[in-house]
Amino acid sequence: MALLEVDQLRTVFPAVVGEFAAVDGVSFSLDQGEVLGLVGESGSGKSVTAFSLMRLVSPPGDIAGGSIRFDGQELLALDARAMRRIRGRQMSMIFQEPLSSLNPLHSIGRQVMEPLFLHTDLSRAEARKRALAMLDRVCIPDASRRFDDYPHQLSGGLRQRVMIAIALVCEPKLLIADEPTTALDVTIQAQILDLLRDLQRDTRMAMLMITHDLGVVAEVADRINVMYAGRIVETAPVATLFKAPAHPYSAGLMRSRPDLTQERKRLVTIPGTVPAPHQMPSGCRFAPRCAFANRDCQAAQPGLRHLAPAHFAACIYPLTQDA
Amino acid sequence: MMRRRFSRLFDRRLKIALGATIVIGVVLMAILAPLIAPYDPYKQDLMYRLQPPVWSDLGDWKHVLGTDNYGRDLLSRLMYGSRLSIMVGVSSALLSAVLGTVLGMLAGYKGGRFEQVIMRFADAHLAFPEILLAILIIAAIGGSALNLILVLGISGWMVYARVMYNLTRSLRERPFIEAAQSHGASDAYIIGRHIFPQLVPVLTVVATLQVAQMILQETALSFLGLGLPPPTATWGNMLAEGRDRLWAAPWIANLSGLAIIIVVWGINMLGNGLREQLDPKSRERS
Repeated sequence: MALLEVDQLRTVFPAVVGEFAAVDGVSFSLDQGEVLGLVGESGSGKSVTAFSLMRLVSPPGDIAGGSIRFDGQELLALDARAMRRIRGRQMSMIFQEPLSSLNPLHSIGRQVMEPLFLHTDLSRAEARKRALAMLDRVCIPDASRRFDDYPHQLSGGLRQRVMIAIALVCEPKLLIADEPTTALDVTIQAQILDLLRDLQRDTRMAMLMITHDLGVVAEVADRINVMYAGRIVETAPVATLFKAPAHPYSAGLMRSRPDLTQERKRLVTIPGTVPAPHQMPSGCRFAPRCAFANRDCQAAQPGLRHLAPAHFAACIYPLTQDA
Repeated sequence: MMRRRFSRLFDRRLKIALGATIVIGVVLMAILAPLIAPYDPYKQDLMYRLQPPVWSDLGDWKHVLGTDNYGRDLLSRLMYGSRLSIMVGVSSALLSAVLGTVLGMLAGYKGGRFEQVIMRFADAHLAFPEILLAILIIAAIGGSALNLILVLGISGWMVYARVMYNLTRSLRERPFIEAAQSHGASDAYIIGRHIFPQLVPVLTVVATLQVAQMILQETALSFLGLGLPPPTATWGNMLAEGRDRLWAAPWIANLSGLAIIIVVWGINMLGNGLREQLDPKSRERS
């Protein structure tokens, strides 16, 4: 059985007229030990999906429907107390901005101990020991000396390592990483991704890696979900998606990567922009920007269709039909 | 150039030192009043009515600051009066600090209905003249030290509520609060561990300045005859008594007024010094 099963998740925000579904019928599953990439451009609903999984969508946003089954429990049915016991213990999250996600008034050691104080009965000395071990594990040099340092005394890369240590100190089964490397420079990005991948292999935890950076998912993920305008348009193993994307949007994303092997005048872009919430097309949401769309595409929203093992795309004219 | 030297003269360290000296001095005087006051502040000595202070031609060292209409020693009365002023000022500032901080944090953190009810009530209360409200309540329930503390404490909560509400609201949006939630922290834990500690510096400054405000208010109420009834020695009462003999015995009103000014000035200086100390911009400059 999958560790996480999301079914028809719908998260809405009130709009001027009615409401706007930032996440609209998202379904996917994630196995233990698997790394799933969630890719999409800004505003596609990636982060809202992540916050919905933690049930931390900030008001006035609200989860309007669907189901999130995690480790055999229906998260949407839990009360606030039970949900708090899952956050940070079973399911953790790391954020984009490592500096602002750390409390400037507490030492980093204290912040790594916080989940232990919240979820376990460990004494201060034991918690300190475990926090120190965790800081060592995320490769913070000279961790025992750094333990009482404050966030502003650390570099960006080290701060993100501290964030990872906080998220993993209770050994969660699922780590949600929301653009964990976006705020870091490129060399540090690679180090952090390596670290995440190593920790994930060691602990066999599942990981949901949210990013707009295809390079990041290529390096870390086993499988990729591509999101567009609040829906998943394609899900495929990494190699398949890079070699033979089936949805025209995924294909567009792949084409708009800078390619160092060919000399091009300018980057390829996908024409147009994500439709505004109040003027969502009734049929396929990508149809207005799609080079292959015809009248059938405007008739109804296509569901995910099976193309090959583990490869699904929400398109009635998928680009590859080798299945 | 001149301007700069002058602002240097009153830099924050001097302000804090001077303010703290005055405040500590007055507090010591209040605590030690029974030991250091030369006379019983309520003992009348009609032979020595309206005796001027020692620096006047008619004054003598028996009553350094002179006597009032009943021959009571003014220095002793000022010393005893400081006890009440300080007790009422500090207690009511604390009471309103607790009320205002709790309500302000609640409104800022919870938002929604809490925010609407608490903050609109605070707005309405702010629009109502504090002293008028205090007069109404005191006139209804009578003047005693406890009533004064209650009235002043309750009438001052909005100042804290507004400041704490705004700070909490901006803190609430900071990612580390979201991060704490994602670690499984409860609202109470987040308010206690992550929000309140960030408010303490500002709270200290506001509370210090509010003590001065409360002392002034208490004096004003006493002056209007709504504080503690005579013959209790409070600075406001003494000021009111002195007003009637402003020509014959100006020192009564002058000296009690001066005492109020010195204390309020000292507290304000301490508060402003602390504010500058906590403001990183002014700290870097010197």
